[in-house]
Amino acid sequence: MGVALRAGIFRPTRFNFLAIGLGFIFQSAFLSIRGHELHRCPLTNLFEVLIFLGWSVALIYMLIGPTYRLSLMGAFTAPLVFLIQTLALLAPIDVRHPVKIPANPWLEFHASMSIVAYGAFALACVAGVMYLVQERQLKTHQLHSIFYHLPPLTDLFAAITRLLWWGFALYTLGLASGFFIDAPLPRLQVVCALGVWLLYAVILQGRHFRRLAPTRVAALCIVGFAAALTLLWGISFTAQMHSLP
Amino acid sequence: MNLFCVGLSHHTANVETRERFAGDAETECVLRDSGCAEALFLPTCNRVEVYGTAERRVSTEEIARCLSRNIDKDLSHEETAAFYRFEDIKCVRHLFRVASGIDSMVVGETEVFGQVKKAYESARNSGAAGPALHRLFQRAFRVAKQVRSRTEITRGAVSVGSVAVDLAQKIFGNLAGRKVLVLGAGETSERTARALVSRGVADLRVSNRSTERALQLAQLVGGAAVPFAKWRDQCRKIDILITSTSSDEQLLVPDNLAPMLCDRVDRPLFIIDIAVPRDVDPAVNEMDGVYLYDIDSLQSVAEQSLALRRQQVAAAEKIINEHVDDFQKRFVSRSDVASCLRDKATVGDSALRASEL
Repeated sequence: MGVALRAGIFRPTRFNFLAIGLGFIFQSAFLSIRGHELHRCPLTNLFEVLIFLGWSVALIYMLIGPTYRLSLMGAFTAPLVFLIQTLALLAPIDVRHPVKIPANPWLEFHASMSIVAYGAFALACVAGVMYLVQERQLKTHQLHSIFYHLPPLTDLFAAITRLLWWGFALYTLGLASGFFIDAPLPRLQVVCALGVWLLYAVILQGRHFRRLAPTRVAALCIVGFAAALTLLWGISFTAQMHSLP
Repeated sequence: MNLFCVGLSHHTANVETRERFAGDAETECVLRDSGCAEALFLPTCNRVEVYGTAERRVSTEEIARCLSRNIDKDLSHEETAAFYRFEDIKCVRHLFRVASGIDSMVVGETEVFGQVKKAYESARNSGAAGPALHRLFQRAFRVAKQVRSRTEITRGAVSVGSVAVDLAQKIFGNLAGRKVLVLGAGETSERTARALVSRGVADLRVSNRSTERALQLAQLVGGAAVPFAKWRDQCRKIDILITSTSSDEQLLVPDNLAPMLCDRVDRPLFIIDIAVPRDVDPAVNEMDGVYLYDIDSLQSVAEQSLALRRQQVAAAEKIINEHVDDFQKRFVSRSDVASCLRDKATVGDSALRASEL
């Protein structure tokens, strides 16, 4: 966590990237140990889901950040990862409960793919916040210190678009694989998951056909991720209630 | 041995006075003849300074006379009163501040670093600067680099033209491939257009009521002239509009701009309105994807940058103080700074030069 916080400084240096990389290695080690212990993908309670989400955000950042020269996104990503990890560690959510459903590769693929997609949506949300901050300063002519550290608007918008496409593709894959699970899924969860999928589909359609202005796309990325997080919490909560993985 | 700095700057003298003491290429030789063991003459846009070491105290009047040796008449008291003098550790601190751009008229400007470096190299090549000044100036370069990299003192543009270019880069990133329309061929728009060209803009169009002037400016900046009657058609294609016409009416208002923005929802339009009275209705800035800056807002951004730089002075002073303290510990624990600097540098001087230059 400290490492992630350190990466939150507004000066893009190689150290920032290494700091997030180091945090990612620790997360991977933890997930690996927990996975071996459980003999399944460690997504059996909200604590593990949050750790997996933090890991996914770091993974997508490391894949996307250097490719699109948005190393500064680390300044926004690191606090987000820190927040997710802190919540996971401080909240009393690491509750072990009997898992009734045996390990199912489709279920594990569905859950892990969906959470990696959430990682991409989280970063799209981060880029959206950066876009709106930058845009607001340009509109109001009030340029604060952070303005000089943020990437250009067009670069940020290109990153948002790519992250949305990546997230949407992974989420579609995760959602589709859910239909192969040989177990009944709560109808409300399925409807909500389809609702989130539809929301991102609308954002991408609006972007693709140039019906939505970049500021609206950026704002919708934040709304979309908030909706996705609510769904994730809902799924984990009901899963714990019913002792489902 | 006495280490000193004598000079005048924008803080103490107006430009006429600074011109009178501008010195010349022979100044360092003259200074050495007047008793300086080592001498370095530093002329910049806003200052004229002499750094030197001497066995005996070389007075400020003697230095002033060396700088103004082309002037026949005696120097008046008012003229010599404009000079300041720093000795030993105060001289060290002053040089560190000058090289870091803290003492400049535009705080944080980086040009002064190059000028100090040039002055040092010139003095070294002529043999006027010896081991003591070598050690002092090498440390000054190190300090200036640290101040630049560890603080934000050089951050942000402080002139209207460079602010416009910086903003364009913040909106579009790489400017190569961006299309620019210059509407009205005034002097400021010409300067701004040139600044954009220097940052990679290749597609530049110029439109003016006088076709002749449009052609002339287009030729100067490597662009193409567009008939004034057709400038509105260009708004669908361009990314940046620089406008500075003398029109009494507003040329762009939300009503006539909205149809031009229909098919460019995801392409921002940056409008730089440097006309007085303004060519563009301020309400245009409320439109999605349009960023309008008039001369006042550009000026305000420049002032904000300057204010931001001033806020960084304390952080820069802290770095300088650390170096001054370290320098003092190493060289000035004995009262004789210059001797100490010279002695230290003389030991393995050639190795030092090779490693530090």
